[in-house]
Amino acid sequence: MNDLDALESQSIYILREAFNRLDKIAMLWSIGKDSNVMLWLARKAFFGHVPFPVLHVDTKHKIPEMIEFRDRVAKEWNLPLIVGENTEALAAGMGPHNGRVECCTALKTEGLKALLAKHGFTGVIAGIRRDEEGTRAKERVFSPRNQSAEWDFKDQPPEFWDQFKTDFAPGTHLRIHPLLAWSELDVWRYIERENIPMVDLYFAKNGRRYRSLGCAPCTGSVASTASTVAEIIEELETTKISERSGRAQDKESEDAFERLRAGGYM
Amino acid sequence: MSQNASLHSASPMKIVVVGHVDHGKSTLVGRILNETGALPEGKVEYLKEVCDKRGMPFEWAFVMDALQAERDQGITIDTAQIRFKTEARPYVIIDAPGHKEFLKNMVSGAASAEAAVLVIDADEGVQEQSRRHGYLLHLLGLRQIAVAVNKMDLVDFSEVRFEEVKAEIVAYLNSIGVEPTYVIPVAARSGANIASLAPETPWYTGPSVLGALDRFEPAKPATDLALRLPVQDVYKFDERRIIAGRIESGRLKVGDTLVFSPSGKMAKIATIETWGNSVASVSAGAGQSVGITLDEQIFVERGNVASLEHHAPYQSHDLKARVFWLGRGPLKVGSRYKLKLATAEHVVEVTKIERVIDVEDLANHQGTEVARNAVAEVVFRAKSPIAHDSFVDNPRLGRFVLVEGYDIVGGGVIAETPSDEARNRSSHVTQVPHKVDAETRAITNGHRGGVVWLTGLSGAGKSSIAMEVERQLFLKGWQVTVLDGDNVRTGLCGDLGFSDADRAENIRRVGEVAHLFADAGMVVVTSFISPFRADREKVRAINPDAFHEVHVATSLDECERRDPKGLYRKARAGEIADFTGVSSAYEPPALPELALATEGKSVDETVADLLRYIEKSFSLSAREQANGWGL
Repeated sequence: MNDLDALESQSIYILREAFNRLDKIAMLWSIGKDSNVMLWLARKAFFGHVPFPVLHVDTKHKIPEMIEFRDRVAKEWNLPLIVGENTEALAAGMGPHNGRVECCTALKTEGLKALLAKHGFTGVIAGIRRDEEGTRAKERVFSPRNQSAEWDFKDQPPEFWDQFKTDFAPGTHLRIHPLLAWSELDVWRYIERENIPMVDLYFAKNGRRYRSLGCAPCTGSVASTASTVAEIIEELETTKISERSGRAQDKESEDAFERLRAGGYM
Repeated sequence: MSQNASLHSASPMKIVVVGHVDHGKSTLVGRILNETGALPEGKVEYLKEVCDKRGMPFEWAFVMDALQAERDQGITIDTAQIRFKTEARPYVIIDAPGHKEFLKNMVSGAASAEAAVLVIDADEGVQEQSRRHGYLLHLLGLRQIAVAVNKMDLVDFSEVRFEEVKAEIVAYLNSIGVEPTYVIPVAARSGANIASLAPETPWYTGPSVLGALDRFEPAKPATDLALRLPVQDVYKFDERRIIAGRIESGRLKVGDTLVFSPSGKMAKIATIETWGNSVASVSAGAGQSVGITLDEQIFVERGNVASLEHHAPYQSHDLKARVFWLGRGPLKVGSRYKLKLATAEHVVEVTKIERVIDVEDLANHQGTEVARNAVAEVVFRAKSPIAHDSFVDNPRLGRFVLVEGYDIVGGGVIAETPSDEARNRSSHVTQVPHKVDAETRAITNGHRGGVVWLTGLSGAGKSSIAMEVERQLFLKGWQVTVLDGDNVRTGLCGDLGFSDADRAENIRRVGEVAHLFADAGMVVVTSFISPFRADREKVRAINPDAFHEVHVATSLDECERRDPKGLYRKARAGEIADFTGVSSAYEPPALPELALATEGKSVDETVADLLRYIEKSFSLSAREQANGWGL
């Protein structure tokens, strides 16, 4: 069994645990590479079915190709897709000019909280990975959130021997992170192996491509000529540039990302 | 296909870094990441800026300590994992907090590691958490430990001081049965002996820290151990009934006969189901998450463990284990917890605390309770048999966690010598045949033995009917008895409540007892609400030929109207929880052997109906009796 098999098997185990132990779960889909892999893993875990809703928190600032990809794949794979948004904030013209952390909080975190409240989800599956960022490196696979969807990183539950926290007080919920142990390179190698469809923004055009996909105003592209999955893998094997270097909200201040995540961001 | 594909086949080796608070673990890790080029471009510059803004000298620990509170207080609160690689192989390094307060986070980090580095401050020497972490690593099954004696710059790289600290830690580790692989003098801040040997320690001839890591051996795969497939779930998304789980050890293939513990049911693997694979699988091994179908529709549920016939796990109600306690309140004799082992859950009670272990001096103490962060040998008793292995034989089926309320409060590893009960592995229990057989009993009694299982809502009339049937059959000379719900719940099932799990256990016990009476030639009339179909089916399965399901079909309205014990009134008022018909479900039988209508009839009339059925089903004919007597 090679390393991708081991990662795949562990992620399937996690998805099956979440499905069995929690009553109402949903999977977040950001249309990016990690959540596409996560959807693929769900179909493997449940033999072609996706037995829970797939949520897209639409900030309305996404690059248009992503929305088109979303609608096409949702149809092809017959996904039970729910699209949510923070309508009030959008109507009031919320955008990164209000401050990036404020905008992420309003359009993503609050958007997610509204969806959770509306549907009563007790478990939310998100595709974050440890190697993306320092506070994500400290996460648990089954990570509790309180009534206000906040993350108490100072007092996380013990998690060992593949025994996860699956009991929690009513009104609170759990985030489930099946891709925590995967690296960026693992994700692309798996995409290559399984032939998983991706938004073409990841592939270079005119000497630039996106390493990480957020919203249009806060996501920068990187200089690159990698226009196929194999070329991306080669590029990643030698790069010293971090994956999220093009994501503006991470850089606002030393604790910007920590504050976002403590407030319930992915 | 990309280049270097072969380099990627091995999973990264997981190394945890432990040790007492402030002995320099995070600094050591930060330094290792820097030496191996694992830090992304700009990270060091970024951290320099952060440290300058904070008005402090450069802190390597900030690579791992990403939380504000960690940087503000200079302390690691929670474990983090980062990747790096040497020329030999890829690694994941796990940083663990050293403060006693955060032991639960240290355990969370260390439990998945294959090897460890124990960091000790050369100046301060071996401290409390140095020993506690060493002990916990050993308890968690980690045998490969390298020791880094850090901050050697503070003791001027003195060989004498190094030898002192080395002797003390080696003595401790040896006394718990651990031989450290290497003991290395380092100075994380300057990088001495991290990646290459430092000129400051010419007397040291062992490897650098990275050298020691490269010499660790990867964990042996569990494929060679006995097959253990704990059932995680059973799916019926389409026409296939797929049993899903991860193979924790061993291998299986299509056609193998599986035994499910603790039920003992057996079936052959018909198919291994997959999705998205181009080639169908005929076999699978340890570490793989699988879905299988069986050749027979046997009852299988989450928590069961599948194995091959002659290597089934132990089963017992009692477990002796070495436990490390993380809960805020102490563990005491009499405390109850939920024990989770693989996918099974059991309610257990602490029956004995054999000894509390002092990790400092390794002395044993008698104790009536186990405090937070302590280690003890504890005996637990469960309500249902626990399928398990000893930790030494098969770690994945030999370890468990304890849950109290919403939290995991401890972990345990199961001791080597099993209880006497556990020695009877499910497949090795042989029935001892009676010398008086069922035929002989039936001839003597004039009737066969069997179970008449009355089911229906509270107030339906089950007890009234059962008691009158018993009286009338007794007067005719039958060997008959009644097992009544309310009566049994004060004795045999006195420890059970009305949750779904407790109801299931109640019915299971009664079912087994009833069948024992039936085997002894008696007619047993049972009077239990027994609301869940699945539970009744399990009782039927014990001996389907001798089981007769009788639905006392009084409607809910009529039962409530009668309300003979005033329970419906109380239940509607919310004074009783989980009351069948009001706040808990009743699943009527689909195909009972007999359905008794009671409305518009007297008790005598209903009793007469049931008696007719019983006599028809159980009596031996005159001819059978005569034959039996040899006439």
